[in-house]
Amino acid sequence: MKSRDDKTHDPARRAFLGAAAASSAALAAGAARAAGPDPLITEVQPWASEFGDPVDASPYGMPIHFESQVVRRNVEWLTESPVSSINFTPIHALEGTITPAGCAFERHHSGAIELSKTDYRLMITGLVDRPLVFTYEDLTRFPRQSRVAFLECAANGGMEWGGAQLEGCQFTQGMIHNMEYVGVPLSALLEEAGVRPEGKWIYFEGADASSNGRSIPLEKAMEDVLIAFYANGEALRKEHGYPVRAVVPGWEGNLWVKWLRRISVYDQAVESREETSKYTDLMPDGRARKWTWVMDAKSVITSPSPQAPIYHGPGPLVITGLAWSGHGRIRRVDVSLDGGKSWQEAEIEGDPQPKALTRFRLPIQWDGSEMILQSRAMDETGYVQPTKDALRAIRGLNNVYHNNGIQTWWVRASGEVENVEVG
Amino acid sequence: MSKWVEAGLAVLLLAGPAAAEPLGLGRPALPEEIAAWDMTVLPDGTGLPEGSGDVWTGDEVFAENCAMCHGDFAEGLDNWPVLAGGAGSLQDRRPVKTIGSYWPHLSTVWDYVHRSMPFGMAQTLTPDDVYAITAFLLYSNGMVEDDFVLSKENFAEIAMPNAGGFYPDDRPETEYPEFTGDPCMSACAAGTEITKRAVKLNVTPVGPDGRPAGTLPDLHLAAAGTAAPAMETSEPEAPAETVTLAAAEAADPALVEAGGKVFKKCQACHKVGEGAKNATGPELNGILGRPVGSVDGFRYSSGMEALGSGGAAWDHDLLAGFLAKPKDVVKGTKMGFAGLKKDADIEAVIAYLSTFPAE
Repeated sequence: MKSRDDKTHDPARRAFLGAAAASSAALAAGAARAAGPDPLITEVQPWASEFGDPVDASPYGMPIHFESQVVRRNVEWLTESPVSSINFTPIHALEGTITPAGCAFERHHSGAIELSKTDYRLMITGLVDRPLVFTYEDLTRFPRQSRVAFLECAANGGMEWGGAQLEGCQFTQGMIHNMEYVGVPLSALLEEAGVRPEGKWIYFEGADASSNGRSIPLEKAMEDVLIAFYANGEALRKEHGYPVRAVVPGWEGNLWVKWLRRISVYDQAVESREETSKYTDLMPDGRARKWTWVMDAKSVITSPSPQAPIYHGPGPLVITGLAWSGHGRIRRVDVSLDGGKSWQEAEIEGDPQPKALTRFRLPIQWDGSEMILQSRAMDETGYVQPTKDALRAIRGLNNVYHNNGIQTWWVRASGEVENVEVG
Repeated sequence: MSKWVEAGLAVLLLAGPAAAEPLGLGRPALPEEIAAWDMTVLPDGTGLPEGSGDVWTGDEVFAENCAMCHGDFAEGLDNWPVLAGGAGSLQDRRPVKTIGSYWPHLSTVWDYVHRSMPFGMAQTLTPDDVYAITAFLLYSNGMVEDDFVLSKENFAEIAMPNAGGFYPDDRPETEYPEFTGDPCMSACAAGTEITKRAVKLNVTPVGPDGRPAGTLPDLHLAAAGTAAPAMETSEPEAPAETVTLAAAEAADPALVEAGGKVFKKCQACHKVGEGAKNATGPELNGILGRPVGSVDGFRYSSGMEALGSGGAAWDHDLLAGFLAKPKDVVKGTKMGFAGLKKDADIEAVIAYLSTFPAE
């Protein structure tokens, strides 16, 4: 067992309450009338007088150090080894819908490998007319496409099956990211090799030591799967599969095989370790669902949330969050301030893209009293995000994966926020 | 015209307009290349190479290559996967999902061990080793007797206890109808009693201020000129860097870098660096010069304890010898690693470890 941090939350809470009280005082003094001239305005500041950084100070830039808390984070006790582990996107600190690659969560089964474009090979084997080997350059010569897609680990929220467990939107729901990919449709590569009539399943395999082999039906492969080499305008990051990964829109992240080295066509599913021992969903009768690929509609309020408390006191407050569905577009998101007794429709930003993160917001006037915040997504199929209890009634507590139940945040009068469940 | 375009045209003529015309990109995969990469074993055993292995050989190969994480009896050390037992536990609150209790196909065991294990040294086992390990795992799960020999020929005869325990995704029938429709907007049935609080469990990583790690800073505090909230800096703090550099002065930087790569073989079990704690193996800060078997809280083998109580310390030569052949230098060591074969790797990893002083 890994050691856990023994610090109690009590000193933190005291510190927090003190800070919140100070903020409220500052607000009371500052919002209506300044106590005196603000030296940040009345005095010439160094940055208004001296030079800033020259160009080339950072040929590939990192976020300014004031944002250094906005990073991927690991929960060490979850796994025995950091090379077969997961970390979490700081979604509580991000806005809009695109996840910056540098803080987009990572999941490796044998560590993130270094594989150069020069050394890269992709093989198509199995039930094809022409088994082929492609270089990286070969892939760039196929007609390509862009699309935005969310990637959610099947286990996102999985630690919450038994009840609220982790304090933070990043930790409870951060196994997700959303990027704009550029790549070759898998259908084009399969047509190049010529799938034989008996070929019904596609198997992806990575070049890393885990290989992480996964099977998907041919129909999905032909529908919208991309063999991608760019994300958010740049080459894939090492931790996201540089130079080439599979993009399987709407389906669980484990299928998005990184460092993709082999695509094979079979007449059946391979039944690899990752689709039998793992990524299957144990049900109350002791049997298990398999091939549960689609990520059902889900949403979460990213702010306020435990790591994004309300510091500014009562008054205007923007509640914001993310919604997504592996079945298509998000049609509506409702927000409740009272733990699900009443709901109001949130604003949806822009035109929701299918199988991509969608931003919702609900500006309110907060009266400073406690709130029990929830969000509820609906997708274009009419599916409505269920409560955790509704999922448990069907699936029990041993499901591990695919927990798309409604997340509840308890906003205290102090502005502090906790991960809770209501019943 | 490339022959792929020709082939494509031929397909077009045969299949009609439905088939797309290939672009002629890529090249034919050679049989040797396909053999090297396509090692998949299907549930019916298709893809298995020739070979065989018995339970007792498997016991030895497992002890050598697998037991450091999975335990001598496949019981799983620490949080490493449990591979044996768990029969009848799948309806329990804490089910034990093992090869015997859960895995539906034996092909998956063979395929995964052959392709992805041992952890950190994948694809180093021979087919006979893999047959033997698989036989041992069947024995550990009570599925075969100790005289059992697994081979390509009898592979398909093995019936897995939970073979019938899986069914394809039925959410479209069992869940979607229930979760589809106009949801309640007001006076909905919802309990508003707080029934669970994550804060009570106290398992969330926390920052220096004791709040959940990554909590956004209070801008009012910074503006008021009071102590800034605990901001973490992504740059290494100066003192830590100084210590590391000072300790590394003696070692050749290129060698240290090479050693860092070699150490990847070790880090599944050993931690080193700031805050390193004991894991499957003891933490390694300050290992050079450290008395043998002296890390608090680590349970050493009796062989290691005996060596330590005789006054031995990990000097360069002892460490080099141990890294080459652990079991020859310390009888009964719990370190299941077979040893580094190359002297250059041994020197590199020692140089790398020398850069981490005791904490």
